[in-house]
Amino acid sequence: MNAYRIVGTPQPQIDARDKVTGRARYTDDIRLPNCLHAAILRSPHASARIRAIDTARAAALPGVKAVLTGTDFERTFGVLPISKDEPALARERVRYVGEPVAAVAAETAELAAAAVALIAVDYAPTPPVLDARQALKPTDDPLHPELQRENNLHKQVEQRFGDPEAGFEQASIVIEKRFTFPSVTHAFTEPHAVQVEIDGRGNLTVYSATQVPHYVHLALAEVLGIDEHRVRVIKPHLGGGFGGKSDPFPHEMIAAKLALVTGRNVRLRFSREDVFFSHHGRHRTQLTMKLGFHPARGITALTGDFLIDGGAYGSFGVVTTYYNGVLLQGPYPVPNFAFRCRRMYTNKPMCGAMRGHGGVNPRFASEVLMDMALVQSGLDPCQARIDLIHRENTLTINEFRITSVGLQRGLEEAMRRSGWREKYGKLPYGKGIGVACGFFISGSALPIHWNQRPASTVRLTVEFDGAVTVYSGASDIGQGSDTVLAMMAAEVLGVDLGQVKVVAADTRLTPVDLGSYSSRVTFMAGNAARNAAIRMRRLLVAAACRLLALPEPGYPAPAPPEDGFRQGGRAPDFDADFLGANPDYSDGFEFADGRIRHLDSGKQTGFIAAVHAAIEGPGILQTVGNYRAPKLGGSFKGAGAGLSPAYSFTAFIVEVSVDPDTGFVKVERATCAHDCGFALNPLAVRGQIEGCFHMGMGQALMEEVLHYDGAVQNAGFLEYKIPSPFEQPEIDLVPSISDESEGPFGAKEAGEGPLAPVIPAIANAIFDAVGVRLFELPLRPDRVLAAMHKAAGR
Amino acid sequence: MDTRIVSAARQGVATRLLSLEVNGQRQQRAVAPDITLLDFLREELGLTGSKRGCDLGECGCCAVLVDGRPMLACLLPAADLEHSAITTIEGIAEGTALHPLQQAMIDEGAVQCGYCTPAMVINGVHLFSGESRPDADAIRTCISATSCRCTGYNRIVQAFQSTAERLAEDPR
Ligand code: FES
Ligand code: FES
Repeated sequence: MNAYRIVGTPQPQIDARDKVTGRARYTDDIRLPNCLHAAILRSPHASARIRAIDTARAAALPGVKAVLTGTDFERTFGVLPISKDEPALARERVRYVGEPVAAVAAETAELAAAAVALIAVDYAPTPPVLDARQALKPTDDPLHPELQRENNLHKQVEQRFGDPEAGFEQASIVIEKRFTFPSVTHAFTEPHAVQVEIDGRGNLTVYSATQVPHYVHLALAEVLGIDEHRVRVIKPHLGGGFGGKSDPFPHEMIAAKLALVTGRNVRLRFSREDVFFSHHGRHRTQLTMKLGFHPARGITALTGDFLIDGGAYGSFGVVTTYYNGVLLQGPYPVPNFAFRCRRMYTNKPMCGAMRGHGGVNPRFASEVLMDMALVQSGLDPCQARIDLIHRENTLTINEFRITSVGLQRGLEEAMRRSGWREKYGKLPYGKGIGVACGFFISGSALPIHWNQRPASTVRLTVEFDGAVTVYSGASDIGQGSDTVLAMMAAEVLGVDLGQVKVVAADTRLTPVDLGSYSSRVTFMAGNAARNAAIRMRRLLVAAACRLLALPEPGYPAPAPPEDGFRQGGRAPDFDADFLGANPDYSDGFEFADGRIRHLDSGKQTGFIAAVHAAIEGPGILQTVGNYRAPKLGGSFKGAGAGLSPAYSFTAFIVEVSVDPDTGFVKVERATCAHDCGFALNPLAVRGQIEGCFHMGMGQALMEEVLHYDGAVQNAGFLEYKIPSPFEQPEIDLVPSISDESEGPFGAKEAGEGPLAPVIPAIANAIFDAVGVRLFELPLRPDRVLAAMHKAAGR
Repeated sequence: MDTRIVSAARQGVATRLLSLEVNGQRQQRAVAPDITLLDFLREELGLTGSKRGCDLGECGCCAVLVDGRPMLACLLPAADLEHSAITTIEGIAEGTALHPLQQAMIDEGAVQCGYCTPAMVINGVHLFSGESRPDADAIRTCISATSCRCTGYNRIVQAFQSTAERLAEDPR
């Protein structure tokens, strides 16, 4: 039944017109009346004890309304309940250059900045821990003594499945290499910003540039010590996130506290330098990986040892620690698998979630090793990958449930379109073609805060005027989630897209949604929106039946899974309120062109007439839809990490040219096969894939956060170079062809998975071009040239 | 040192009456003498369509037209512009009629988070105000004035190209 009117068609974002005219309001564009301006004093030291803070001169400045220091906050916080280790303002010690130490609210931004400059902090610098290896060493002064460890380990994860040693014995080729990755950062264009509005009853409305309004809401209440119901968090238009706005942040706590203390509205914005200080980017990673391969058996074993530099605080780090390992369970079966990942605290800005969270660096390693093994085996790296990719409806050794897989056919098509067979191994020296694959979650099946609530809930109303409003807590961060939710509601209800309004990411008006991270929104909020619309459709069908003197259609109860696989082989988590995932909604009626038509009899009524008939009783038409992930996964420790109701798969084929004189790498073109199931909005899918390519290519070739004595050295766009339009190649996109039975209309994620394979595809193309392998990112010209010289025996 | 500190030191000491022509309208405000054009637009006039991405001339998001030429508002002292005509993103559409580039940006999916979008449009409007039909290189050069982290630029290039084609067929 693919006769959709709206889903599956390319749709510009519903607020695109606001964005091209400058009308879209981002957080710092809001103008609250009688507003104070806040400024933050940041630490100049990577590691120091705070002996004393003298705020008297700042407080005495006329126009200064409040000064805060660490002692004004009792509780620390963190996005994960298991590592709430971050203070809103440093207490007793500072742990990185740029850490907030004190804050001021004043009548103007200039005054606030002048006032923080008057705050005198007496620091006693202590020797900083500057990298993960140093952090492994025993110390009697760890960054976080509360963990009671003798070194600066934050989190260690070890998992083992099958018998890796036996697996390596079965291999015909075993390769082991060390890889090094610098930290990279999101570099979204809109700096962090927050504005807080306070009312006469002390209720706070917090406008923040955040991907996770719900988590900010919870953290604010906890850190400020106020009832949760006094907080409301609203995400205005957001200028990019990529994971960099997916934590509650100190500045949100600070601004809210300043509003509470002064009783005034407060505005706070970051400079670009502040954004680099606050970081939360991809972890600097050192890893050793070992791959066993046999041409007839595929991967026989894979082991990895990862050391990741977390910086000063926890953020999402525990999840990152798991993801480094577990996301290696795709896109190919790995029957024997073991890894250890250690996340270390260091005196640097903290790392957290960044697009492709935790899976990106290990993917580079595994896909480069894979390429080496395939080349050594004399296999075609593309064809061999196609043969190895997971089959549909299988379980991985760590009990990930693999449902739809559309990558075999996708990569075959990409091979054909890219002219792989004519090019691979046949291009002249300096030109090369390479391939790499990846896979990623469509949302985490388990919540961060353990509870029994649905993973996503959407409320939907239809008013007397026919307006359909989707109330969703999901955050549109530029990826177009508002649009895709509206598209799904419009599809189910047979109305124009323009008739659907979206109220999103407002924790007072919208049901709880956990946020925009882990590629969960389209799948989870999408299913919830679709279900809410289906329920609304049933109300309208009932009304139409009354108007048309037809019997109401009966609806089947959500069917228990037939083969046991659809729900992970376990008892399905159905309850009376749950329609299931992606249920069929055919009901014998057609909703289109403002009419509701009974297909058998041809009788019809107007959409609005049905709305009016349905609204008579309750006075308002309102439905709720939700999404619950099926019960998935094993029972071993850490089994929940990486569990997702569905996984996306990606392959990139990339052509490069390498200048033999300079080592400069240029990506000439790219072909992508991304299996996102049914592409709900092909325009948005394309945009996500092109954006992933940009970011992946940046990490591959040029991006790197540099530190000196713990201080970020390239805290600006001139020094932290991201690819320009001249570097970005054309990307030929193979349409996704799989169908994910549990995804809304068959969809899976597209926002993160495509990033990881970009980087190894480029590296593998460099090998095809000039015969060298590089194991450290970025693949800078000097490194490429040095490797070429070494290969040539110079 | 933070420029805001410097200007704070002068604050209260002196303000001056500044009168600028913005989007065809003369606007007069009493401001700090060293106020940037970006602050004048955003903070004094409430024209927040011009975005602040760095305040240092690095991201390009604050571009506006000064006498028809794209300039970075965060770097310009507003006081130097009393004899100039300034056009911001709010002044590009004529009534409800969008500039063809604005429409193309929408249609081609060149808008994701939208934070770079006003500056992309401002630069493009200048490009397309020239006589000749810009070639691919001129288009990329124009686009490269603004950082975009979301799109990978492909759809933006596409929007510029389709605008160039459209204007070649139907010059305004
Ligand atoms: S704000 Fe970045 S260039 Fe002006
Ligand atoms: S659309 Fe987000 S920065 Fe360009």
